[in-house]
Amino acid sequence: MSEEKLVNLKINGIDVSVPEGTTVLLAARKAGIRIPTLCWLKDINEIGACRICVVENEVKGARKLIAACTFPVSEGMVIYTNSPKVIESRKTTLQLLLSNHKMECLSCVRSGNCELQALCKEYGVEDAHRFDGFRSTWAIDDSAPHMYRDNEKCILCRRCVAVCSKTQACSVIGANDRGIDTHIACAFERGLADVACVSCGQCIVACPTGALSEKDDTQKVFDALNDPKKHVIIQTAPSVRVQLGEEFGMPIGSLVTGKMVSSLRMLGFEKVFDTNFAADMTIMEEATEFLKRYKEKDNLPMTTSCSPGWVKYIEYYYPELLPHVSSTKSPQGIFGSIAKTYYAEKMGWDPADVFCVSAMPCTAKKFEAQRYEHTAVKGLPDIDAVLTTRELGRMIRKMGIMWDELPEGEFDAPFGLGSGAGTIFGATGGVMEAALRTAYEVVSGQKLPDDKLDFTAVRGTQGIKEADIDIPTPEGETLTIHVAVASGLVNAKQILEWIKSGEKNYDFVEIMACPGGCVNGGGQPIQPADVRNFTDIRKIRAEALYRDDLGLPIRRSHENPDVTAMYEGFFGEPGSEKAEEIMHTVYIPRKQY
Amino acid sequence: MVHYNASLEDTEFYKLQRRVVLRNCGVIDPESIDEYIAVDGYAALGKALTSMTPAQVVDEIKASGLRGRGGGGFPTGMKWSFTAAQNNPVKYVVCNADEGDPGAFMDRSVLEGDPHCIIEGMALCGYATGAHEGYVYVRAEYPIAVKRLGKAIEDARAYGLLGKDIFGSGFDFDLYLRLGAGAFVCGEETALMTSIEGNRGEPRPRPPYPAVSGLFKKPTTENNVETFANVAQIILNGADWFASVGTERSKGTKVFALGGKINNTGLVEVPMGTTLRQIVEVVGGGIPNGKHFKAAQTGGPSGGCIPASMIDIEIDYDNLVAQGAMMGSGGMIIMDEDTCMVDIAKFFLQFTVDESCGKCTACRIGTKRLYELLEKITDGKGTLEDLDTMETLCRYIKDNSLCGLGQTAPNPVLSTYSRFPEEYKAHVVDKKCPAGVCKSLLTYVIDPEKCKGCTACARVCPVGAISGTVKEPHVIDAAKCIKCGSCMERCKFGAISKK
Repeated sequence: MSEEKLVNLKINGIDVSVPEGTTVLLAARKAGIRIPTLCWLKDINEIGACRICVVENEVKGARKLIAACTFPVSEGMVIYTNSPKVIESRKTTLQLLLSNHKMECLSCVRSGNCELQALCKEYGVEDAHRFDGFRSTWAIDDSAPHMYRDNEKCILCRRCVAVCSKTQACSVIGANDRGIDTHIACAFERGLADVACVSCGQCIVACPTGALSEKDDTQKVFDALNDPKKHVIIQTAPSVRVQLGEEFGMPIGSLVTGKMVSSLRMLGFEKVFDTNFAADMTIMEEATEFLKRYKEKDNLPMTTSCSPGWVKYIEYYYPELLPHVSSTKSPQGIFGSIAKTYYAEKMGWDPADVFCVSAMPCTAKKFEAQRYEHTAVKGLPDIDAVLTTRELGRMIRKMGIMWDELPEGEFDAPFGLGSGAGTIFGATGGVMEAALRTAYEVVSGQKLPDDKLDFTAVRGTQGIKEADIDIPTPEGETLTIHVAVASGLVNAKQILEWIKSGEKNYDFVEIMACPGGCVNGGGQPIQPADVRNFTDIRKIRAEALYRDDLGLPIRRSHENPDVTAMYEGFFGEPGSEKAEEIMHTVYIPRKQY
Repeated sequence: MVHYNASLEDTEFYKLQRRVVLRNCGVIDPESIDEYIAVDGYAALGKALTSMTPAQVVDEIKASGLRGRGGGGFPTGMKWSFTAAQNNPVKYVVCNADEGDPGAFMDRSVLEGDPHCIIEGMALCGYATGAHEGYVYVRAEYPIAVKRLGKAIEDARAYGLLGKDIFGSGFDFDLYLRLGAGAFVCGEETALMTSIEGNRGEPRPRPPYPAVSGLFKKPTTENNVETFANVAQIILNGADWFASVGTERSKGTKVFALGGKINNTGLVEVPMGTTLRQIVEVVGGGIPNGKHFKAAQTGGPSGGCIPASMIDIEIDYDNLVAQGAMMGSGGMIIMDEDTCMVDIAKFFLQFTVDESCGKCTACRIGTKRLYELLEKITDGKGTLEDLDTMETLCRYIKDNSLCGLGQTAPNPVLSTYSRFPEEYKAHVVDKKCPAGVCKSLLTYVIDPEKCKGCTACARVCPVGAISGTVKEPHVIDAAKCIKCGSCMERCKFGAISKK
């Protein structure tokens, strides 16, 4: 490869050399200067629309404003990022945005974590009403099960639009109308519930303001907690333990399992359980299902089914490929169905009095909980309420629980014990790795040595990973399993196209709707773009999960004693009739239009 | 004296005109390729393909001094040379036929009256720049243009003038039509390309410039209809012929859509350097009703105004820009003393407010707030501070907008404010509209000396604001009056005036 050509320029008097094609914004960072942004999402939304990042470019003595986020450097360029004109322009841009903004800043869900608010503070926008005039009014779109769109808080940065099309391959939202009436919406002003939205919530995470937010179910949960008749139990997904700390100012990737459990107990949950346990159950079912289908060459590759955004995606966009999806319910679904059947029976509770909450890094789980197929007990939903990590943080704050003072708590039995295989479900490749740990040992009859337990080929944040896994059989043969792992629906789409065309022959495919998997789910704590653009939060959170896995006494799902007990005492064996009835589900082909 | 044999060229309207772009309009049957060929059509393409290298074509256009007729006035030959320099097997030629300035229809006339000259110009551009495909982006509101251009393309294909191996030269070129859905911003070249690609027509940041990464991210040359209409004539007659007309830095002719308070409205084509006075007084036949010339707005909603004191300006790209106006695509609105300059600025701004694509903050919200300020001023609620804010906001929008639409949107305001500051101040300080246009600032009064008490005004008043007894002077109740002007129109004695 030829040497990259370097370009020399001056930024605020500092000499900088950067490769040709670098933007002024990235060159400035090299000089230690942060340029503010609103619409810019690195590699995803580079459209130069908001104009916050303007800087002065001096050409032949004259200075012109340019958008630093898209303008490429050139030799000899002279840039000023903080001149009075730049500062004044940015301030005016903020005032203009505020003039068409619903100022609900006191109670807005994003107050304190709003990029617009932060910039207004940074630039000292004391006169927020300087340009008050006509303000667009829009009805809130609350049609979808998982989120709200309040266009009166929208600043039209289009980050949601870019994420929906470029990383999630859905493109269900875009700009409608023009001029001051421009707004983000679905085609023909339909509600989100009436289009092929997969509920992944990546748009919410991308939103700099409170225009997009999850449907807040905290009150529903508070009400249940205050109802003496209800047995309110909660399960916590693997990723929540590496996210929740951020809600309380801890560094990204802090593992806070103990504090989380204590806080949930203080909130009044009768039992605090671990979704990792259910994940182990999922592995038992899914690995069994896979081995059966592998042997029978039945609709291979088999794909995973734990990501509800992914499931909804294939239902909408590739319904003809639905037979490939594993019929095993997601860990949330399995937990819910066990809670209302096995556990209610065991505790002598009326299933109708069990209020089953899940804490999830996910908004699509809110949708999944509403699926009518997810009713192990007729007439009762398996899951009564889904809280995103953000909502959980909100509840803990509201109840005055002092996070820093929380002791390390422990999950309740019998669903409190999860293996390391369960915990890594939260990272892309984790379900695959967990399934391989079990499948390998089941097929070969040998125990994997601990140093071989890490299937590193399926780890990492790349969108698509492929590997061939060799498993020795007791007969002395070798089974080679072709696996693929994809996260982000645009990558899922690629895999599905390969499956359709026959270009690739996989046996087993793991797909997560969100890029990087659940650690980067639509329900995660929101880090501003300024952080996301320069820090791979997916990687940091995933590493925390792998650390968690490494430190756990049990790292294989089939070695989880609670799982074994569950099969022995209730389901019989994986794939049994009862297991099929309670822990498996069906999918629905959906029409996009 | 009657000239029975006077030629059309000798009429006042035509004698200063010189028709290069419009030469065939109304002369040949636009639906007949044979008639176009009969007037040397496709001869330039034949000449270029058989006797010139692509570089020679670029050089000829460069030497002619032709500048883009769509607005910016960028040297066409230079633009072509940028695309030609790109090493890419796939390049495009795009014709911007999304004419959108209110009252402008020069491109439409060419498309409807001489469609083949566009095809020939684009094919020449393709040959010069190394492109083998072209798109004409024409607005759907021009159905006749669409129809005739479509037929012209088919006919040209049938004659082997489009398609493979044109004139046996080995050069392939074909053309496609794309219809615009009526968004003004699609006249901005990057928005136009985004629209051709099948997306919502919104501009994209530059660089990269279209010559490097344009349509479908390929090197692209984009010119407007009038520019392409000049190309074949230049190749056929030579750069010197073309450059012999015009001023030092603006060569050839320019078509203007003359409108407003002028006797002869319509399209006129005059050599660059013709004075505004010649256009208004000779070609345009002067101002109707004995009124006086106050200003001319050139360049449409993105342009500016030339006041009466500058009526002897020689119209070319640079002189207009120096006066805070611009050539634009050639709209020319003439205004007389009954035109309120604040109102006219508001009128043009309303257009850009409506047509802003909504992508960047500066244009989407900035122009709306600017409009609201003008509204406040014409409503008589403006303050001197508002004038300062107005000017600051104008500069901000110019400096911060993503594309040309926003960057030029404040021009009508800035140019009228700099030329007619006293009119703005009259609205703000005296709460008067000197031209008597801004309703909120008007009062209708009856001169008791002149009023005969005929009651006609009282009978025509739609809101019953006029009272009085027969043969006695009447009175208008200002609180009730809606300033419709009906009474003034009806009064036979000139007793009613507005102040």
